[in-house]
Amino acid sequence: MSWLTETLTSTLGRKVIMALTGIFLILFLAVHLTGNLQLLKNDGGEAFNIYAEFMSTNPLIQFVSKGNFFFILLHVLISIFLTRKNRQARPVSYQVAVKSETSTWSSRNMGILGTLIFVFLIIHLKGFWYEMHFGQIPYKNYDGFEARDLYAVVDQAFSQWYWVAVYLVGMLAVAFHLSHGFQSAFQTLGLNHVKYSPAIRFVGLAFAILVPAGFAAIPIMMFFT
Amino acid sequence: MNLTLKVWRQKNSADKGKFETYEVSDISPDMSFLEMFDVLNEQLVNESRDPIHFDHDCREGICGMCSMYINGKPHGPKDAITTCQLHMRSFKDGDTIVVEPWRAKAFPVLKDLVVDRSSFDRIIQAGGYISVNTGGVPDANEIPIRKDIANEAMDAAQCIGCGACVAACKNASAMLFVSAKVSQLALLPQGQVERKSRVENMIAQMDGEGFGACTNTGACEAVCPKEISISNIARMNREYFSAKVSSQKV
Amino acid sequence: MNLNSKIPEGPIAEKWTKHKFNMKLVNPANKRKYDIIVVGSGLAGASASASFAELGYNVKCFCFQDSPRRAHSIAAQGGINAAKNYQNDGDSIYRLFYDTVKGGDYRSREANVHRLAEVSVNIIDQCVAQGVPFAREYGGLLDNRSFGGAQVSRTFYARGQTGQQLLLGAYSALSRQIANGKVKMYARTEMLDLVLVEGKARGIVTRNLVTGKIESHSAHAVVLATGGYGNVFFLSTNAMGSNCTAAWRAHKKGALFGNPCFTQIHPTCIPVSGDHQSKLTLMSESLRNDGRVWVPKVAKPKLTAKEATKIPEEERDYYLERKYPSFGNLVPRDVASRNAKMVCDEGRGVGNTGLAVFLDFADAIKRDGKDVIEAKYGNLFDMYKQITGDNPYEMPMMIYPAVHYTMGGLWVDYNLMTNIPGLYAIGEANFSDHGANRLGASALMQGLADGYFVIPYTIGDYLATMPYTKVDTDHEAFREVESKLKAKLDKLMSIKGKQTVDDFHKALGKIMWEYCGMSRNEEGLKLAKGKIQALKKEFWEDVKVLGSQDELNMSLEKANRVADFIELGELMIDDALHRSESCGGHFREESQTGEGEAKRKDDEFSFVSAWEYKGENQAEELHKEELVFENVKLTQRSYK
Repeated sequence: MSWLTETLTSTLGRKVIMALTGIFLILFLAVHLTGNLQLLKNDGGEAFNIYAEFMSTNPLIQFVSKGNFFFILLHVLISIFLTRKNRQARPVSYQVAVKSETSTWSSRNMGILGTLIFVFLIIHLKGFWYEMHFGQIPYKNYDGFEARDLYAVVDQAFSQWYWVAVYLVGMLAVAFHLSHGFQSAFQTLGLNHVKYSPAIRFVGLAFAILVPAGFAAIPIMMFFT
Repeated sequence: MNLTLKVWRQKNSADKGKFETYEVSDISPDMSFLEMFDVLNEQLVNESRDPIHFDHDCREGICGMCSMYINGKPHGPKDAITTCQLHMRSFKDGDTIVVEPWRAKAFPVLKDLVVDRSSFDRIIQAGGYISVNTGGVPDANEIPIRKDIANEAMDAAQCIGCGACVAACKNASAMLFVSAKVSQLALLPQGQVERKSRVENMIAQMDGEGFGACTNTGACEAVCPKEISISNIARMNREYFSAKVSSQKV
Repeated sequence: MNLNSKIPEGPIAEKWTKHKFNMKLVNPANKRKYDIIVVGSGLAGASASASFAELGYNVKCFCFQDSPRRAHSIAAQGGINAAKNYQNDGDSIYRLFYDTVKGGDYRSREANVHRLAEVSVNIIDQCVAQGVPFAREYGGLLDNRSFGGAQVSRTFYARGQTGQQLLLGAYSALSRQIANGKVKMYARTEMLDLVLVEGKARGIVTRNLVTGKIESHSAHAVVLATGGYGNVFFLSTNAMGSNCTAAWRAHKKGALFGNPCFTQIHPTCIPVSGDHQSKLTLMSESLRNDGRVWVPKVAKPKLTAKEATKIPEEERDYYLERKYPSFGNLVPRDVASRNAKMVCDEGRGVGNTGLAVFLDFADAIKRDGKDVIEAKYGNLFDMYKQITGDNPYEMPMMIYPAVHYTMGGLWVDYNLMTNIPGLYAIGEANFSDHGANRLGASALMQGLADGYFVIPYTIGDYLATMPYTKVDTDHEAFREVESKLKAKLDKLMSIKGKQTVDDFHKALGKIMWEYCGMSRNEEGLKLAKGKIQALKKEFWEDVKVLGSQDELNMSLEKANRVADFIELGELMIDDALHRSESCGGHFREESQTGEGEAKRKDDEFSFVSAWEYKGENQAEELHKEELVFENVKLTQRSYK
C-alpha cells in the first residue's frame, strides 16, 4: 500500500476526509443561504430567478456544483465505512449506558442526523434541482435576460404545509448535525488551541443556529404570505 | 445498606455469558466498591459458588488494573477516579447496580469482568518510547525544558492505561490512550528524533487492533480517571498528518 | 556455609570502578547465545530486562499482572533521590551514602550503599533521556525537593506520581525490546518454582494464570525482581497481588533469606475503617511538614474528626512536639509510627476503632492561607476526602501507621547474586541497601540502580564462565519440579475445607501485626510462633478453594501465595526473636533507652541474618554476615 492510500484509509485519514468535505459543505451552505434569501425579496422572484439561472448555467459554478455532489457522496460513503468499523469495534453492547452525562446527544447521533439530512436532500433535489435541470419550467424575461421561473415552483411548493414540514425537519437535523460537526471538523484536523478553540466552538454554534434558521425562515414566510 | 447487584458472568472467552443477580447486605458506606465485591465473593465462596473474577491490584487508583463498567459508566458514577477509589457512600440503600466488563473487540473478555488489554501494550511497543539504550545519555540538565511544556507533557503522561476511554467511547476508540503517549513524547525535546515514525506506527497498530474511529464526542475525556484532555487527540491528528505528508517513508 | 559477600578491595569510592574493570566480559557476538529469565516487571525487573536486551542477551520477562506497566512501583508518590547537587546545597555521593547508612540504622553493607549513591546520578540522566517528565524550574532545569528529613534537596519528582513516571519510562524501554524481539514478555504468568541443574539456577516453572497451564522455562541465569512481602500482614500499602512466592520458593531451593524481620511501617496512612478493609492507602510523608500530630490528653473514645475541632488547645497532646522538641512532627518514620502506637495503646487513640491519631492542618491554614495549603497538598486532601468522606480543610485528618516496605529479602552478594549460582535478586526483593530502615525516596533509586546500572555488568561476570549449552525443559530437573508443583496444586484444590483463603490471610495478618509489627517482645514472638504453626496446620486441613486448575482462578492463585506467606511469617518471627536488639524499624521492647527509644547492640548484632531453609517443619539455620564499617561512625540516633 502506498503511503497515500495508507493514510487515507486509516481511521484518522477517513476522519480527515469527513472533516474536509464537511467544511466544504459548510461553506456551500453559507453561499446557498445567501442566494436563497433572495426568495424573500418582494420582487415577484426576479432577483432569485436571475440568480438561479446564473447558477445553473455558469460553467464554473457547474463545475463546483459537481464537486459539491461528489463531496456529499464522499462524506456519506466514508461515514458508512467508519460506522461499520465502529460497530465492529464493539461486538457486544452494554446493558446499561448513561451517555447523556458524558457527551452531547448530537455528537452520538451524527449518523442518524446524517441519514435524515440525506433523505431530505433527495426530496429537496427532486423538488427543485431536478426540476431546474431536467424539468419544463417556463422562461421569464427580465430586461432582456431569459430566466426560468423557479420562484413559481418554490412558491407553489411552500404553499403546501407538508413541504414546509419536510423543510423544518430537514433544517432541524442540519442544525444538530452542525452543532457537533462544525467544531468536530476542526478537532479532527488538529486545529485546536487554547486561545482559539473557544471561538471556534462559539462560531460553530452560532452557525448551527443561524444558518438553518435562515433556511427555515424561507418556507415559513412563504407559506404565510 | 442492602444492594442488588446485576453482574456479568462469563466462564471464559468462548462462553456466551449472562447477567446474574446477587443480593448483598450490611454494606458499610466506608467500603470501597471493590471491598463490597470482596464481601460478595466471600459470601459466594461460603455458598460454594464460583467467586466473581475482576481485575484489581494497587487499589489506590494508579495501576490501572481495575475496570468495571458500573451503571452505564466506566469506573462508576463519580468523575476522575478509578473503580477502586469509588466508595459505597456514593450509592443509596436499596440501589440496583449493574456491573459489566469493558466492551470492545480489542478487549476480549477472559472471565467475568476480566478483559485482555494487551492491545494497549502492543500499541506502546509499536513506538511509544524514545530509543535510548541504558547509559551514554547526556546529563539530565543538558536538556532544558520549559516548565509549562513539562507540565503539559506530564498531564498527558499521567495516563494509567485502564481503558476507560475505550469503554466509554461509542466507537470503542483508543484515540485518547494513544494520543496521550504521542502528545507526551511530541512535546518533549527528547521525543523529536522519532516524532514522525512514532505516530505513524502507533496509529497503524491501533487500527490493526480493531479499535473504532473518533467521533469527537468527548466521552473519553469525561470518564478518564486522570482527566486527560481530548486536546491531545487534536495534537495527535496534527502529528499524524504532518508526519504522513513529510516523512520519507513511502 | 561460608557467606562470601565478595566486596571488592580498596577505598570505598573506588570499589565499584575497580570491580567493573576486573569483571569478566561476554563478547558482544556471544551475548546472543545466553538466555536470561527476569521475574517481575517493576522498576528493577523492567529496567534490567530492557538493559539486558540492549546488550544483546535473550530475555524472558514474567509478571502476574495483565501488563508489565502495572507493577506496584507505579504507586510510589514522593520522588527519587540522586546525589546530583543541582541545588548547590552541599550534596555529594558521599553524603547520600552516609545518610543512607545512618538512616538504615547501621545494618546495611557500606560498599553496596556507596555504589547505590554513585549510580544514582546516572539514573536521573537515563530517565530524562527516556522522556520522564520530571518537575522543572522556570529556567527549564530540574527541580528538587527535600524529603524524609534529609538536610539537602536531592529528591527529583514528577508531581505525586514519580513511581508511575519512572515505571512507565522503564516499561517503554522494555516495550521497545519486546518489539525488537529481544524480550519475550509473559504477562499473567506467575513463577511458582526455581529449577536447579547441577547446583545452578537454570530455569523456572510458571503457571499461566489464564489457562492454568504449568510451563517450564530454561535459561542461563534467573533474576528475581519480585518486590517485597509486606502483604504478609494482610493489610499494607502493597498492591493486592504483591506476594513473596517467587522469592520464598527460591529460598526453599537453597537461597538464603536476609533480615526477614526488617519491615518498614509508614506513619501516615489512612486508618482502617472496618473489618472489610482490604488494603491501606499511604498519604505522602510530606504532609508532616505542615500538619501537627495530636491526640486528646485524656482518652475520648470514638472521637470523630468533626468533634475534634471543638476540643480546646489545652486538652490536646501534641505528643511528637512535646517529646522531640527539635524534630517535632518531622521525626523519622519509625519513631513517628511507634509513638502513634504508644498513644493508641494508652487508649487515647481516636476514631471508631481507637486506632488513629489526628494530623491537623488548622494552624497551617490559618498561618499560610487555604490556597497555599491547597497548592501543596491539594491532591492528597482530595484523595483523603474521597476515601474517608471527611474534608481535611475543615477538620483534622486521621492517620495511623501501616506496613509499607520490607527491607529484608533474599541475601545477595555485592554482585546481587544469591548464594545459588546464577540466581540474582534485585530491587525490593533483595535485602541489600537499606539496612533496618529505608529513607524516603530511596526505594525507586535502588530498584533502578540495580536494574539499569548494576546487574547488567555483574551478570556478565557470571555468564562469561557459563557454557552456551542450553538445558532442555524436558530435562528431569524440570520434570521433577513440575510434578511436585502439580501435586501441591492438586492438594490445595482437594482440601475442600470450610474457611476461605482470605480468612487465613486475615488471621495471619492479625498475628503478624500484633506480635511482629511496630514493637516486638520475646514473649509475644514466642506466642506468635505457636499461633502461626497452628494456622499453617489449619490451612492445609481446612482451606476452601473453588473452581478448577485449568482456568483463571484467583482463589487458587491467592491460596498458593498465602501458603507461602504463612511460612515466611514464621521465619520473620524467628528472625525478630533472635535479634534481641532494637534497630530501625525493628523495635524490641527489651532493648530501649531510659527514654523509651530504640537501642542498638552493635557489639552483638552488627551482622546480616541470613537464614537457610532446612526442610519442611524444621528450624531454619542462621548464618551471619558480619558488617564492617570502615567509613561511617556508628552512633545512637537521637531526635530530641
